Amino acid sequence: MRFWIFLLVALALGAGVFFGARYLHNDYLFFAGYVVLEYLVLATAWNILGGYCGYVNFGTAAFFALGAYTSVAIHKFSPMPIPVLILLGGIVSGIVGLGMGYLTLRLRGAFFSIATLALAVVVQTLITNWDYVGGSRGAYVVRPATVPLVGSYIQYLFLVMLVLAILAVFAARMIERSWLGYGFASIRDDELAAEASGVPTLRLKLMATTLSGAFMGMAGAPLPYYVGYLDPASGFNLAYAVNSIAMPLVGGTTTWIGPVIGALLLGTVQQVATVTISSAVNLLIVGVVLVGFVMIAPNGIIGLIEARLRARSDR
Amino acid sequence: MSGSSITVSGIHAAYGAVRALEDVSLEVKSGETVALLGTNGNGKSTLMKCIMGIVRPSAGSIFAEIDGRRHDLVGRSTEAIVDLGIALVPEGRRLFPKLTVEENLLLGAFRRIARAQIANNRAFCFEAFPQLAERRRQLAGSLSGGEQQMLALGRALMLAPRILLIDEPSVGLAPILVRRTIDKIQQLKEQYRLTVLMAEQNFTQAIRIADRGYVIVHGRIAFEGRSTEELNNNDLIRKFYLGL
Repeated sequence: MRFWIFLLVALALGAGVFFGARYLHNDYLFFAGYVVLEYLVLATAWNILGGYCGYVNFGTAAFFALGAYTSVAIHKFSPMPIPVLILLGGIVSGIVGLGMGYLTLRLRGAFFSIATLALAVVVQTLITNWDYVGGSRGAYVVRPATVPLVGSYIQYLFLVMLVLAILAVFAARMIERSWLGYGFASIRDDELAAEASGVPTLRLKLMATTLSGAFMGMAGAPLPYYVGYLDPASGFNLAYAVNSIAMPLVGGTTTWIGPVIGALLLGTVQQVATVTISSAVNLLIVGVVLVGFVMIAPNGIIGLIEARLRARSDR
Repeated sequence: MSGSSITVSGIHAAYGAVRALEDVSLEVKSGETVALLGTNGNGKSTLMKCIMGIVRPSAGSIFAEIDGRRHDLVGRSTEAIVDLGIALVPEGRRLFPKLTVEENLLLGAFRRIARAQIANNRAFCFEAFPQLAERRRQLAGSLSGGEQQMLALGRALMLAPRILLIDEPSVGLAPILVRRTIDKIQQLKEQYRLTVLMAEQNFTQAIRIADRGYVIVHGRIAFEGRSTEELNNNDLIRKFYLGL
């Protein structure tokens, strides 16, 4: 019951954002907002594996780009509506996530992270050498100028990403408060103890890598239509991996709201910096913010708030 | 409803090239408390892990009888063994330090079979360990050593197990807390009619509640004491443990 209330509130909030932005008659808001929402999905997806289970994934860009390139491949074959592409991109990246889980299930800690980094390199090499989707030249995707009902295409993309973001956050919140979430938390805290208590750690880890990968792929699926031209260098951009780790860390990794706060905060700052200074400064911002948080609030904003509340209740 | 027992026969286990267990046979009969005695590095924990399916023995067999039904444990997943009603209190307690006391208990009942009984079992746990009820919202990592051991026991009881394996309950506890923990184990055993296999270094404490025991040295059963007197009077034990 409370899940549905949450979903309704989130949808109402989303509708407010969308119509509010429309009211301002500025398409740039949609361009910038799309990127922030895309990061919101990525951060939430990363957090399912990295935050809930404690497995740090450096390969976000691989899953994200796989979603995007699935769309490119399908577009070349026969164009399809974006929601369908999102579904297909999610399936492809989810399968790759499952495969990664199987291959790396014996690895823990830094070793797992290094393996995910390797995965990103492998996938990028494959895509760069796959001529059908443009190879290293990149691929042009011509998008229609308008969409029925919504109007301008960027508003449509924004709306699609908004819905996806709400779905991702909803899913993350549901996982967190279910037996699945408890199982994930037990893996994060002490995997051996979890196993001894009868938590099927292997199966849960595979579910986490699959879900996390699938949402990353979904976030990437509309990308070719957003940029119009996609090449491996932009699809596998370092920023995706860095941001999707930094955002949950800044917000707080143990709850669904952490990545949301982190993505909205960092994502917005980056978009503002892009227009006021330069997009080159974005990674620098992430670096500085991350160093600051590690020193002042290692458990993120949520951790800081929780510590405050606990200190107050103890007094 | 007949008994629950464990029969280990002739198992060998190794970590890579390092042999941990060699031809170990042991039996825990229904309703018994059996002590597995031995100092560090002799294979006590490995034996526990073999029974739980965490470490796979290279040879030998492990059977468990649960309420009169016989099950082969070798090759079964840990989850499946837990489902049978065998619970392990791991060495060093291994709680989930950043989760609350209550969440730790819930995780003890992760298996679907245990979830059905969760309210009852939690009530039993809080009855057996009133300190845990007071601290239910506290993080497990912030509990004292004695409380953590109680929580580890409570977490295992959330499964409503028939057989309880306890690996070194005395580790890192002050002498008075060791005494209390051992007493508690005895009390729980009687209350829930458990069959208990307890690995322990603290000979004098373990022997207080054990019906009989095995001494394990360098991965082999060096001595089987059919009663506490036999253990008390054994030369090996006098030499290794008591320094006589």
